[in-house]
Amino acid sequence: MEFIEQLINGLNLGSIYALMALGYTMVYGIAKMLNFAHGDIIMVGAYTLSVAIATLKFPPALAIIVSMAVCSLLGITVEKIAYKPLRNASPLTVLITAIGVSYFLQSLALLIFGSNQRKVESVITMQPIKIGGIELTGESAVTIGVTVIIMICLTLFINKTKTGRAMLAVSEDKGAAQLMGVNVNKTISVTFAIGSALAAVAGVLFTSSYGFVGPYTGALPGIKAFVAAVLGGIGSIPGAMLGGFLLGIIESLSKAYISTQLSDAIVFGVLIVVLLVKPSGLLGKKRMEKV
Amino acid sequence: MKIKKHLKNIISICIVLALYVVILLLVQAGALSRHYQSLLVPIGINVILAVSLNLTVGFLGELTLGHAGFMSVGAYAGCLFSVYCDLPAAIEFPLALLIGGIAAAVFGIIIGIPVLRLKGDYLAIVTLAFGEIIRSVITNLDFLGGAGGLRGITKYKSTASAFTAVFVVLVLTVIIIRNLVKSRHGRAICSIRDNVIASESVGINVVFYKLLAFVTAAFFAGIAGVLYGHNLGILKPNTFDFNKSIEILVIVVLGGMGSITGSIISAIVITLLPEVLRGLEDYRLLIYAVVLIAMMLLNNNPKFNALKDTLKGKLLQLRPAKKASDSAEKEAD
Repeated sequence: MEFIEQLINGLNLGSIYALMALGYTMVYGIAKMLNFAHGDIIMVGAYTLSVAIATLKFPPALAIIVSMAVCSLLGITVEKIAYKPLRNASPLTVLITAIGVSYFLQSLALLIFGSNQRKVESVITMQPIKIGGIELTGESAVTIGVTVIIMICLTLFINKTKTGRAMLAVSEDKGAAQLMGVNVNKTISVTFAIGSALAAVAGVLFTSSYGFVGPYTGALPGIKAFVAAVLGGIGSIPGAMLGGFLLGIIESLSKAYISTQLSDAIVFGVLIVVLLVKPSGLLGKKRMEKV
Repeated sequence: MKIKKHLKNIISICIVLALYVVILLLVQAGALSRHYQSLLVPIGINVILAVSLNLTVGFLGELTLGHAGFMSVGAYAGCLFSVYCDLPAAIEFPLALLIGGIAAAVFGIIIGIPVLRLKGDYLAIVTLAFGEIIRSVITNLDFLGGAGGLRGITKYKSTASAFTAVFVVLVLTVIIIRNLVKSRHGRAICSIRDNVIASESVGINVVFYKLLAFVTAAFFAGIAGVLYGHNLGILKPNTFDFNKSIEILVIVVLGGMGSITGSIISAIVITLLPEVLRGLEDYRLLIYAVVLIAMMLLNNNPKFNALKDTLKGKLLQLRPAKKASDSAEKEAD
């Protein structure tokens, strides 16, 4: 019984990682860059939610939409100001800029909200479900459910709509896509907007499950979500989902059965092993390097 | 030519000695406030960290985010040695430094061999992961003091002796790294930064030189860690987190990647800045972030680069031709 409960915990955590990993993987696929600031977008989403509910007294549904809108806008702005001028720069330059953006968002939150963690009331009011002897909290049920629905919608969006196929085309070959009449700049903006909106959802779900937000809330989950994206194969959307769930389960099982404090080390250990054994991840495509 | 080169070296040595004597006299005469005296050691440590990180980020061209991790390995190894050993200080301290450096270098080899096959974003994230693993393992080891920290490290006897120790190590670090970069091996390292495939095809052993740069950087980070531990008398694992690595990266980027002189100047500026501008303490991290982004954007802006080139050209025109070539050499430092 306890094992199954830990597994559900893992799925809950894994859903949040998976939602964030989708953002990493989409941006990596299209812009070929590691958006280090992605984790901090969930922090912004969580703060927006808490301000909207506690200070502005918005109803929860509106607050969630506002938080998604703010994050999308933030994602697009960051891309336009910081990443777009560097599109042809070396990966080192882009990565340092992304770290700068991440640092910027964290220290801005620190200045505005202070270093104390802010309590956030859960927006999920569902009663726990009992199946057999296992209790599934409302938060876990909603988190897992919402994640699965979002993934199905996203897969349909990417494969069936024109914008989605434009994203696929840009990730395959930017130059060729441009020649075929795809608006590359617009596609990249849309990708950042969708990725950031997903991060906002992840932020909402995260605060609902854990009940707090601080300036550094997004940093560690952000890195772990990147681990999830790499584990599944970066650039691959099903890979990000698989990687997220796997990582969540690994983390919650190692917390339960090995050591709470060492669980982060175990998660990072998994990343290192994966990168060394299969650098393209579980579902990733292997790319040949051309001279 | 040879005499000129020697003359230059002698002048450099004289300047370094003069700097040392002046600061020491200021300390002895009490002209520096206690506050500024306490900053001398952190400045020196940051210079060592920045110059060594510059070797991997600036000269090798690979971003590593685990520098604080190597610093912590060195700090714990060296300080553990000086806590449990009862040798006279004159022997114990240099030995502790050496042990700290070697421990960090050994970790550098263990981590570097598998990890340096990766590049770019992957290398950055894996070194970050290793830094975090080292930190959480240290927190969980009881004989290292756990989260509470390792206590009872002998501190320096006085500011003057602390400054002397840090200054000597700093000068040695700069000389070794500068000579490494200027040597045949250094040119090999720079060629890997400029084009891996081309340097591989002219017969440069890429794996070896990557490892050489990585391990040398780790070695000096470890030594800086030992200096740090003896300055505070206590080591806490949380001081060596990801933010510490970023702080060193900010110093390197601000000073200019691939410029040792730049790293030294920017380490001094960045360490002094929050102390000089007291009211800015809250904004320190924000300023770091803006500096990082602005430096990257400006250096990739064609207009800004053109402006920089014209300014440089005008400066060179103002000077006599001989000095111009000298300053060009200095730029290469």
